Amino acid sequence: MPQQRAPIREQEPAERTKNFAEVAHGFRVEDALHEAERCLLCPDPACVAGCPVGIDIPGFIQKISAKDYRGAYDVIADTNLLPAVCGRVCPQETQCEGVCPVGETLEPVAIGRLERFVGDKAIQEGWSSVPYIEPNSFRVGIVGSGPAGMACAADMAKAGCDVTVYEAFHLPGGVLRYGIPDFRLPNEVIDAEIDNLRRLGVKFECNTLVGRLFTIEQMIDELGFDAVFIGTGAGYPSFLGIPGDSLNGVLSANELLTRCNLMRAKDAGYDTPIPLGQRIAVIGSGNTAMDAMRVCLRLGAGKVHCIYRRTRAECPARAEEVHHAEEEGIEFHWLTNPIEILGDDKGNVRGMRCIRMELGEPDESGRRRPVPVAGSEFEFEADLVVVAIGTNANPIIGQTSKLKLNRRGYIEADKNLATSMAGVFAGGDIVTGAATVIEAMGAGRAAARSMKAWLGIRDTDHVYRTEKAGGNGKLFGIDLEERNYARVRIG
Amino acid sequence: MSKASKSSGFEIVAREDFSDVTYLLEIRHPLMAKAARPGQFVIVMSHEHGERIPLTIADFNRTKGTITLVIQAVGKTTREMQQTCQVGTSLYGVAGPMGIPSEISHAKKMAFVGGGLGVAPIFPQARAAKEAGAYVIGILGFRNKDLIFWEDKFRKCCDELIVCTDDGSAGVTGSVTKGIQVAIAGHPNIDEFVAIGPPVMMKACAEATRPHKIKTVVSLNPIMVDGTGMCGGCRVKIGGQIRFACVDGPDFDGHEVDFDDLMARLRRFKEEEQAALERWSENCRMREIVTSAPVRAADDSGSLPDPFEEVKGG
Repeated sequence: MPQQRAPIREQEPAERTKNFAEVAHGFRVEDALHEAERCLLCPDPACVAGCPVGIDIPGFIQKISAKDYRGAYDVIADTNLLPAVCGRVCPQETQCEGVCPVGETLEPVAIGRLERFVGDKAIQEGWSSVPYIEPNSFRVGIVGSGPAGMACAADMAKAGCDVTVYEAFHLPGGVLRYGIPDFRLPNEVIDAEIDNLRRLGVKFECNTLVGRLFTIEQMIDELGFDAVFIGTGAGYPSFLGIPGDSLNGVLSANELLTRCNLMRAKDAGYDTPIPLGQRIAVIGSGNTAMDAMRVCLRLGAGKVHCIYRRTRAECPARAEEVHHAEEEGIEFHWLTNPIEILGDDKGNVRGMRCIRMELGEPDESGRRRPVPVAGSEFEFEADLVVVAIGTNANPIIGQTSKLKLNRRGYIEADKNLATSMAGVFAGGDIVTGAATVIEAMGAGRAAARSMKAWLGIRDTDHVYRTEKAGGNGKLFGIDLEERNYARVRIG
Repeated sequence: MSKASKSSGFEIVAREDFSDVTYLLEIRHPLMAKAARPGQFVIVMSHEHGERIPLTIADFNRTKGTITLVIQAVGKTTREMQQTCQVGTSLYGVAGPMGIPSEISHAKKMAFVGGGLGVAPIFPQARAAKEAGAYVIGILGFRNKDLIFWEDKFRKCCDELIVCTDDGSAGVTGSVTKGIQVAIAGHPNIDEFVAIGPPVMMKACAEATRPHKIKTVVSLNPIMVDGTGMCGGCRVKIGGQIRFACVDGPDFDGHEVDFDDLMARLRRFKEEEQAALERWSENCRMREIVTSAPVRAADDSGSLPDPFEEVKGG
């Protein structure tokens, strides 16, 4: 077994900050074969349990070793429709790779990179696992085309339902489209994965703001949907609530990322403007903050600073993202908190007044609470302040339906993700608050299982499946042993 | 039907030009016509490379299944639309209706103040108030007589109509605040004002009614991107609190609004807007030169690509 991980090939920091191309190159075939050899093929694999959608990881790695890449794709597509996305954006270190036994002595198997290798190969070769689908005449409406909605749509379509996904923006994909920049997840990958859903018969209706164009109640009562899934995500960004936070040059990371990624302000020939600065301060240090900072660099900022009130140990972003940000020259200011944003006489930002923090007693979340150090205030020069301190529940669905919300405004759902309205399910960030792509996908799947049970759709999973290693419930209810499984090649 | 033409496209079924800068588009969108309520707006993308711009729904016709937008050509996008949006063409994206509908007040006597382009969106509100049984006073402000539009529409739903022109070429001489003074003098018992127009005009209206302590609702028009509450680009200060105009508004109590903050934030992209307009105008001039040249007239290879081509064709 090779001791070392297959080499990670990346664009050099100095080069990559000048473009939006992907930072990390995918595995070459030899890299994938090398890495696949490192897997111990555990009989009772911890990694499968560590994956929120329970991909049969040893199963697909074994296929890679056998150079049966199509077979590897089929194994993954069984539980995860978006391998090219998840292989790139999942926080593997806290999921599958975090529990890989190889990781006890060496670097864990690079499961994410192997998944991406297979996902990219499928896109390149035009592979798509479209099963024979027996229509069951149920109509399912999905609100929101982000990861939760996509996973739920895939599940319901494969179960035989007529699925329509409504998206408020002009393009589908949710946070994959507007949030995650091209250098982490290229648009072509999102397009390819959405095309796979279309091949299952899923219809996408863009420019449709549910809650205003029609309500959830109307979807059931007038539009004739038998069941509805709400996966609208966590919108409504928080602002600092300090003096000066409406000055020009203060904006949410969501706004910056939407202008850059969805509206393509970064590309020539697009009309949406984007605010630029030479000295940029990004407040917060989650994945959104990392994306915003690295976008700013690529848009030509002179210097980008990260301002965070806790220490690096509490930083919520993926370790790899912080590492990339550091390599690209982002300057981190830990234990620092802005208390006022300073403007010039034209209403533009010229800087911030910050205060040093120290860590006090742990708070209810178990993290040590940052407390200001008296008398440590100082001025920090900046011409653009990007706020990435989290989001709150979007109020639109709550304003226009009788759905029960919790006290923070998120949709209340039980353990089966059923809401207070019969036939209406919800999952992802609109239920839990901001989380990860794969968690949202897991919620979309869980909701689909409940929805199928509620509609009385028999799950072929349990009826036809014989015992097989790996996988805690198959995403699409498709079993390779079944005769209804058809491979297609898109020509 | 091709994928491209099916996936999007909101057909323009009527167009009317009120002046050389103001034009009306009627767009087929039956679901929106059914859902729209006074006070709401849409986000429009005219073509695939375009920006998302908010436009108030000036009118809707549920039988015909259309909504009406009145647009002022002020920058690159709205001027480009003025050229390209003809009857039979389509808009790439129209999303909405957005925002909280205006509260149909059960006030007995209401005044509706529209300034310039604001005259259009104030109309459905005035009509709704009339239908709810209120005594309706319309106050419309224009720079001069030639810019007046929809006077007849307002006459039908107003018990009283005060038209103001800055230069006195028609009606009362002066801005709408003059009209407000006239209205208050004639009707000291007005319960509520609703004012829509440029921020400076709405601010003046709020100041004109403040001493009389008459409730004044304004419709704010900050810069927007998504219009669904996920970016906060449209945040405004209401009574010292941050609110998002797209989901918490666009209507707010005019006496609580920080108009100076709004006006400063509207200047956010002034330089970029100017540059975009100049770039575009330059391109248009180039096109004029090219297409007017007789040698090239027969072959249009010199003209710019039609921005709608990808939407319509394929």
